[in-house]
Amino acid sequence: MRTIGIIIRKEFIQIFRDKTMLPIIIVMPFVQLLVLVFAATFEMKQINMVIVDQDQSASSRRLISKFEGSPFFTIDGSTFSDEQANDELLAGRSDIILKIPNGFEKNLVSGEVSDVQLLVNAINATVAGLTNAYSNYVIADFNKQMISENVNIIQPVKLKSVDVTYSYWYNPELNYKIYMLPGILVILITIIGAFLAALNIVREKEMGTIEQINVTPVQKFQFITGKLVPFWIIAMFELGFGLTLGKIIFDIPIVGNLGVLFGFAGVYLLVALGLGLLVSTMASTQQQVMFIIFFFLLTFIMMSGIFTPVESMPDWAQKVNIINPFAYFMRVIRMVLLKGSGFRDISREFFSLLIYAAIILSLAVWRYRKTA
Amino acid sequence: MTNKPIIKVENLVKKFGNFVANDHLNFEVYEGEIFGFLGANGAGKTTAIRILCGLSTPTSGNLNVAGFDIYKQTELIKRNIGYMSQKFSLYENLTLKENIRFYAGIYGLSSKEINKRMDNLLETLKIGDLRDKLIGSLPLGWKQKLAFSVAIFHRPRIVFLDEPTGGVDPITRRQFWDLIYQAANDGITIFVTTHYMDEAEYCDRVSIMVDGRIEALDTPAGLKKTYKVSNMDEVFLKLARAS
Repeated sequence: MRTIGIIIRKEFIQIFRDKTMLPIIIVMPFVQLLVLVFAATFEMKQINMVIVDQDQSASSRRLISKFEGSPFFTIDGSTFSDEQANDELLAGRSDIILKIPNGFEKNLVSGEVSDVQLLVNAINATVAGLTNAYSNYVIADFNKQMISENVNIIQPVKLKSVDVTYSYWYNPELNYKIYMLPGILVILITIIGAFLAALNIVREKEMGTIEQINVTPVQKFQFITGKLVPFWIIAMFELGFGLTLGKIIFDIPIVGNLGVLFGFAGVYLLVALGLGLLVSTMASTQQQVMFIIFFFLLTFIMMSGIFTPVESMPDWAQKVNIINPFAYFMRVIRMVLLKGSGFRDISREFFSLLIYAAIILSLAVWRYRKTA
Repeated sequence: MTNKPIIKVENLVKKFGNFVANDHLNFEVYEGEIFGFLGANGAGKTTAIRILCGLSTPTSGNLNVAGFDIYKQTELIKRNIGYMSQKFSLYENLTLKENIRFYAGIYGLSSKEINKRMDNLLETLKIGDLRDKLIGSLPLGWKQKLAFSVAIFHRPRIVFLDEPTGGVDPITRRQFWDLIYQAANDGITIFVTTHYMDEAEYCDRVSIMVDGRIEALDTPAGLKKTYKVSNMDEVFLKLARAS
């Protein structure tokens, strides 16, 4: 125990003697939370629309004004030429073309089917999907009005339809920031923890100090523990710091029990740092470590469900996520913070990660060689 | 100096692929002596010293260090030896005090004992003012003397020095050897590699390695007599050219 304490003390002295360390620990959460939470949003605020109105009727103008009234759409041009409208789309100046063909109103009044055409720039499928959904919503609304007005004229019968009412739980305002922030916190503490831990051992290799340690009777588990604990503490501090910033700046809800969250984070970090240390015991230069860690981080982050729901990933991808520590914590931090899930709800993830941590850390201890 | 062997090496072979770095080495080091391990660059000195310290495993051979078997009792050997590598190995961003507290602590010395020995060391070397200086800010000569002092701080039975005086001036080298003599007087067996032949004269016995084999092993005086020359330089050149 004393040996581990001695290693930990030495690590802390070295970490904080490095003049760039403290700024990184304090500034990184600020920047990441402020920049990423605002930037990584899926909310569509401004969809630029070009109109090709070949009908020029009262009905067509009414449809257009519906779009104008929507907070999501900005009408930034209308033309009679299909080609000109297509050019706008091609040049990226507009996101969607609404084409109202000649005879739109005539068909509408005579009870026949009337068409409008929407051409959506679908380079980004997500944005296209949202644009489409918003447009349909506006057109459906228009439809409903038209039908009820027309039907009223002919036959004053009350329309019967199934009305769907929505109620968004856990994030009633569909505030994207509240959804993103916990995910970004996960990335933040992982980057800080895993990178620092991974670079640390390999730096001792580069400096040659590891040989001096390897000729001492220090035991392998003592060495790995001594390297793990300091970065674990820093990452846990980072989580607390990030949550505090989130509360102050974004007023994120903290519905669940913080004890459950930090308990889970503690186990999660054992896995994340364990992976870092494992890579570090295998690599011989900092450059190698950077590349390997970067590869895993990128893959794991993309698959973790921070941007896209894991449930909509293909089966094989969901299977891969069994070994993706990010995916566990990403799910749990949102469950605890936004839904207030208790330990019972996350126990499966908790014990899975606990086993994971045991395996990874054993591997790291095993792989660390005092004798080449 | 006794004739009781503290290191016994029989038929040590170390191969890296097809390259034979140590080719059937046989030698003994006696308790309390200063044993010089000489050879040109690439002769296989560092390979052998790393094996004796337990940093590397031999391909074959029987080795016994400080009474322990090198295959089965590596960790026991490590309690009894000190090592100073070619690569400077104190932490540059720690102070002298912090370095000593770290390394001595790992060897299990109590804080009280560490402080006592540290005061002693600073007094003998007259460097009380260096205690809280970062190692990185010291000149190379001092760094190496301190690295040596740290390597024997836990009072090992044997200390292995791998080219400890590389790149320092003659005066500092002389001072460094004073430290080595002092340690030998305290009963520590010194195993030192070098390619400075004047340093070989300071050793009780020297072995000369050429291309992975030990070509000669005797006292410096004995070697000069055998090869009928006046200094170690010529002994070395004769052996190295003969191959």
